[in-house]
Amino acid sequence: MNIVVLCKQVPDTESKIKLLGDNSNYDQEGIKWVLNVYDEYAVEEALKTREAGKAAKVTVLGLGPKRCEEALRTALAMGADDAIHVEDPALDGADAFAVAKALAGALKGVDYGVILCGKVAVDDDMGAVPQMLAELLGIAQVTVVSKVEIEGDTVKAYRDVEGGAKEIVQAKMPVLLAATKGLNEPRYASLPGIMKAKRKPLVKKTAADVGSSAAENKTKVAGWSLPAARLAGKVFKEGELADRVAQVVKLLREEAKAL
Amino acid sequence: MLDFELSEEQRILRKQIRNFAEKEIGTVAAELDEKEEFSIELVRKMGEMGLFGMFVSEEYGGSNVGYVSYIIAVEEIARVDGSTAATIAAGNSLGIGPIYYFGNDAQKKRWLPKLCTGELLASFGLTEPNAGSDSQASKTTAVLDGAEWVINGSKIFITNSASDISGVCIVQAITGARPDGRKEVSCILVPNGTPGFKAVPMHKKLMWRSSNTGELYFEDCRVPKENLLGKRGDGFKQMMMTLDGGRLSIGAMGLGGAQGAFEAALKYSQERSQFGKPIGNFEANAFKLADAATALEAARLLMYKAAWLREQKKPFGHVAAMAKLYCSQIFKDIAYDAVQIHGGYGLMKEYAVERFFRDQRLLEIGEGTSEMQKIVIARGLGLDPIYK
Repeated sequence: MNIVVLCKQVPDTESKIKLLGDNSNYDQEGIKWVLNVYDEYAVEEALKTREAGKAAKVTVLGLGPKRCEEALRTALAMGADDAIHVEDPALDGADAFAVAKALAGALKGVDYGVILCGKVAVDDDMGAVPQMLAELLGIAQVTVVSKVEIEGDTVKAYRDVEGGAKEIVQAKMPVLLAATKGLNEPRYASLPGIMKAKRKPLVKKTAADVGSSAAENKTKVAGWSLPAARLAGKVFKEGELADRVAQVVKLLREEAKAL
Repeated sequence: MLDFELSEEQRILRKQIRNFAEKEIGTVAAELDEKEEFSIELVRKMGEMGLFGMFVSEEYGGSNVGYVSYIIAVEEIARVDGSTAATIAAGNSLGIGPIYYFGNDAQKKRWLPKLCTGELLASFGLTEPNAGSDSQASKTTAVLDGAEWVINGSKIFITNSASDISGVCIVQAITGARPDGRKEVSCILVPNGTPGFKAVPMHKKLMWRSSNTGELYFEDCRVPKENLLGKRGDGFKQMMMTLDGGRLSIGAMGLGGAQGAFEAALKYSQERSQFGKPIGNFEANAFKLADAATALEAARLLMYKAAWLREQKKPFGHVAAMAKLYCSQIFKDIAYDAVQIHGGYGLMKEYAVERFFRDQRLLEIGEGTSEMQKIVIARGLGLDPIYK
């Protein structure tokens, strides 16, 4: 059984996001790019499964411009065996559907039992590609997975649901699993791993190869706006302590509506 | 052609090590410093990361990432903690380096695989109580008696030499006299635990409190004559070459430490308000931070150039001395200003700048004082300060 892991490169959450002058997108200059943290959980789970002898090979699959190679190489440095990179300007601005379709196209002819991915990418927070991809491939899907058990061709996945409860879902392979926090603790790529990653195969595919492009988009981004700047905090220094507490509680209730 | 871009591999390496350093080292550094505790657990974790043996070939268990990557690694660890960076820097350049560069195949096979995983540490026994900058004043002797060297003398301030996982010390000893009357110096591998070899951890340090520093005593300590490193009489040359490389390590520690102190000061200056606005917006502080950012940029260029020269197998000793000198100086200045920006809080152990302020002090002293770096640099200019 082979595992495919979807890997997306996203801005580091510490990056300062600025919009372009025409609000058509965010400014990508000076952004530090990293592998999406939820995808890291997916990579780790795939590697653990292979190390437990339950998978033979781990392939990482990513879509995006040239710079995304770094995210794929990071996954290879963590221990994945090979990578597929869908890279084509025709996919610039592809929405969730066009991306899912491209990924489905990239997986044609690829032998897999499990697709692992993050439940969401921390850049646009869309959380739609995993579900769309599973539908396009016609395979089972379990999302928001915090624990996985594999026995033969059966996968038991524990979903985090409201109130801290777990929903246990069983599915036959092939299955897509979308990981959430708590699934595991991703390893660091070691220095020898980083050196080995340079020699691992990374196959490029074009939009034509995967049969998708931004022309497939079902949605269009109308514009971008930043959240309102946070107001400065208020400090209550004057008066009796009891009065000050009362003021804070009043504001929390009436202004912040936090109580 | 100039190219200031790091390679993809170097960017990944920096990110992974930064992550590792912040999570695994940053969370324990203050406590280890306070307790003066050397963490073997941390050494093992760093071994798993491949942080030892960074310029050793894969054949002997190294990761062979090259000198620029090595410098980035030390820089990233020093950005979080000086003590841990010292363990790594000394482990690589002083412990592993001489065995890898001057050892024979049997010595390399015996020691390098275990040193590269962090199972064992090697140390470089050079400094003596009365022989610091003047290494010719060394008194430790090794006399060949049949098939064994008999070593007598002592060493001091030897990093990684006296821990529970210290496996071997590369001891500089006088093995005779050269025809020109100067001392014949050789390096000999002395495994920890050899009868007659006592390694005592040194405590009550101002800085690098959680690194392992030892005082070594040799009393009729006998090791097989095969433990000679390289050729008899090559000790001085080996030491000079090792220290050239060691300067890169210390420079990287200065650069990383300065970066860490700078980031802490910048963050604090944006969080701390006085007179109704963040103190970073006052020119007195903003200019300190602007100077620090400029110095860091200049230091990084110098440091990476020195590492690049070594990687390209070009002469690098002269530039490495400049990098060591300059990076140590800017760490001193930036740590000083970082404490100043923190005000009273900068004097408290709860704030990392207090530790950075202490840790920077070593860098102008260890592995050749700043004054000795200037000798090396001046000699590169064709001048000949008389220290012979």
